[in-house]
Amino acid sequence: MEMKYDRILIRYGEMTTKGKNRNLFVRRLRQNIARKLRAFPRIDIEYMHDRMYILLNGEPHEPIIAKLKTVFGIHSFSLAMKCENELEAVKETALAAIRQLPYRGKTFKVSARRVNKQFPYRSEELNHEVGAHILRQTDGLTVNVREPDIDVRIEVRQDGTYVTCHDIFGAGGLPVGTSGKAMLMLSGGIDSPVAGYLAMKRGLEIEAVHFFSPPFTSERAKQKVIDLVKQLTVYGGRIKLHIVPFTEVQQAIYQGMPNEYSLISTRRAMLKITDALRRRHRALAIVTGESLGQVASQTLESMYVINDVTNTPVLRPLVSMDKMEIIEMAKQIGTHDISILPYEDCCTIFTPRAPKTKPKKKKVLHYESQLDLAPLLEKAVNDTETIVLDEQDGQVDEFADLF
Amino acid sequence: MMIYLDNSATTKPFPEVVDAFATVASHYFANPSSLHGLGMKAERLLRQAREQIAAMLDVKPSEIVFTSGGTEANNFAIKGVAWQYRRRGRHIITTEIEHPSVAEPCRQLEELGFEVTYLPVGPDGRVSAEQVARALRDDTILVSVMHVNNEVGAVQPIEEIGAVLARHPKTLFHVDRVQGIGKVPLDVKRCGIDLFTVSAHKFHGLRGAGLLYVRDGVRLTPLIAGGGQERQLRSGTENVAAIVAMAKALRLALERYERDIGRLRELKAEWLQALAAIPSLSINTAERGSAPHIINFSLPSGIKPEVFVHELEKSEIYVSTTSACSSKRRAPSKTLLAMGVGEGRAERGIRISLSFDNRREEIKPAVAAIQQAIKTLSEVTGSHGDEV
Repeated sequence: MEMKYDRILIRYGEMTTKGKNRNLFVRRLRQNIARKLRAFPRIDIEYMHDRMYILLNGEPHEPIIAKLKTVFGIHSFSLAMKCENELEAVKETALAAIRQLPYRGKTFKVSARRVNKQFPYRSEELNHEVGAHILRQTDGLTVNVREPDIDVRIEVRQDGTYVTCHDIFGAGGLPVGTSGKAMLMLSGGIDSPVAGYLAMKRGLEIEAVHFFSPPFTSERAKQKVIDLVKQLTVYGGRIKLHIVPFTEVQQAIYQGMPNEYSLISTRRAMLKITDALRRRHRALAIVTGESLGQVASQTLESMYVINDVTNTPVLRPLVSMDKMEIIEMAKQIGTHDISILPYEDCCTIFTPRAPKTKPKKKKVLHYESQLDLAPLLEKAVNDTETIVLDEQDGQVDEFADLF
Repeated sequence: MMIYLDNSATTKPFPEVVDAFATVASHYFANPSSLHGLGMKAERLLRQAREQIAAMLDVKPSEIVFTSGGTEANNFAIKGVAWQYRRRGRHIITTEIEHPSVAEPCRQLEELGFEVTYLPVGPDGRVSAEQVARALRDDTILVSVMHVNNEVGAVQPIEEIGAVLARHPKTLFHVDRVQGIGKVPLDVKRCGIDLFTVSAHKFHGLRGAGLLYVRDGVRLTPLIAGGGQERQLRSGTENVAAIVAMAKALRLALERYERDIGRLRELKAEWLQALAAIPSLSINTAERGSAPHIINFSLPSGIKPEVFVHELEKSEIYVSTTSACSSKRRAPSKTLLAMGVGEGRAERGIRISLSFDNRREEIKPAVAAIQQAIKTLSEVTGSHGDEV
């Protein structure tokens, strides 16, 4: 019978350094991977302290590899074959492993590691034996021990020998959920989804908060945000989206504040509401897509005045990035094309013609004290609608019969 | 009892597909670009159709451009590449047996100063990857080869050609999959295909919908300019109902493939056997390397193929003279000529094309009717077999 790759070996990311907490991390990663691969019921996941194996049990490896690339906490992974700790078996397995690659015209080397010292051949002997066997049995393959195209890695362990030929880089980072939970302020623009992605990469579970101002913003703008969260579930599994009815608050600010201060006050109101939702949903931080100096509300002066409403940590993963870098990342993670759809969000509609770029905190507080926003903010929090999105769900499908 | 054997001309729409079309056309009739909720529903339908079709074709949704059908998609692929990359080169390679919707755009481009190499085919109706390799030049911007020939069913070596083109990253590869989709599988990635054409009404969808796959990274100059639909590539209000119907038709057709492809292959073998038993017919479809649903044969000399079609029609049996598109013109079959069967035989080609709905019980009465028609018509014209 033709020998095939029967498992995927997964190497952990940074968490290998996390001593005591490692068990928690590994279990969470396993859980995230299992969720991700729910569509492949036959696989089994074996995990140990330093690596994980996905036993394919006949499931196809290409789609599984594609999915693994989106799971945080994986440093790299490889297709692998396992065999008995027996020289002939190791030779045949290594040969079969390399034959499944487009190897013609390439160079290779064998790197054996003998973890199980009972195995009667030393690593160098194994390198030689297996290398010679591969050379004899293939055409168009040559040895290069310095910079090989294909590195045939052999690990002789207690439970058997594992052969891999090709490492694929994972998404890196920490398993989502191992760093706690944060609220993501999601506008529908290019930046905030990227901020959410980066937050999840550092192991945060996120819940998204979106401000919705009908009729000034349309159902399409809302659908766009739902689509963005759906795209983020590729990396985060299951994400709650809180949609805050914001029209009344926005109108009150717009009518009650001098025009050039309405923007900053709106931002403060958003952060207050988000913080209230954060308490309610037991998160410990707020993530935003703010970067420094792009628009009026993102000058350091503005940030200072906005941030004044809470002492909850506000994480700004994009603060050091250039716009071009953010756009590039948005493209990579698949949110860019959704973000650029031209529907108004609540930030663009009420933008004053000349917002203050250096607002004074004292003045903002003074004007706000003349408004009674608190009941409106509370009402907005109470009337917030929550949707749960899951990567695995299909469309919420009123059209099912048509397809 | 009607026996419909002209499925390569068009297929009978699945009833579920017609229902879906009617529902969308009557309830979700809004323009997908309209801002209101009804427009949004139409847009979501369009998006869902795109996602479903992309998943079934194993490509990305952003790589699908909906068109009015196969002809437009083929025109767009060829002219779109020619305009976009005309500074890179002005040489195109195609075959002598392409559908007119590929061949004619190539002719138009020749008039505009492009050079086109038309590769000949062997007696089995196939080109070879070596021919493509030999024809390639530094200024070749496009190779366009059909997957399944519409007249005789020859399956072209797309994967081998793709392997040749893998070494020429500046030459784009277009494949007309109109006849092959749902009948002969094709691995787009493995074959290195940059563009391919699909038409809904060949797999029990409706006319008015088709698509061009445009691989991410390939740029095309739009042929139809206007409101910027289809990511600026193909303007015109989207035909949402027909596109949704196409998504459904493709799903059903691929399900039929999974279930019935073995049966269809057996059916074709039985047809070939039954036709081979009629000594005055010459079979033009090779047994190997041909699609499971197309059979081409030539009538004995002296019988005009269009008269033969009408004669069979009297028994409610529907076949084609070579390809339906060209059957109103009296001309020898281009594909048969290219295969080298000679002009006489090429003028007398008849095509039988099957779908998963055809049954083996049809073979006996249809073959009997074919024999009877040959007999009747030979008596009328009084000539038989004086020319091959």
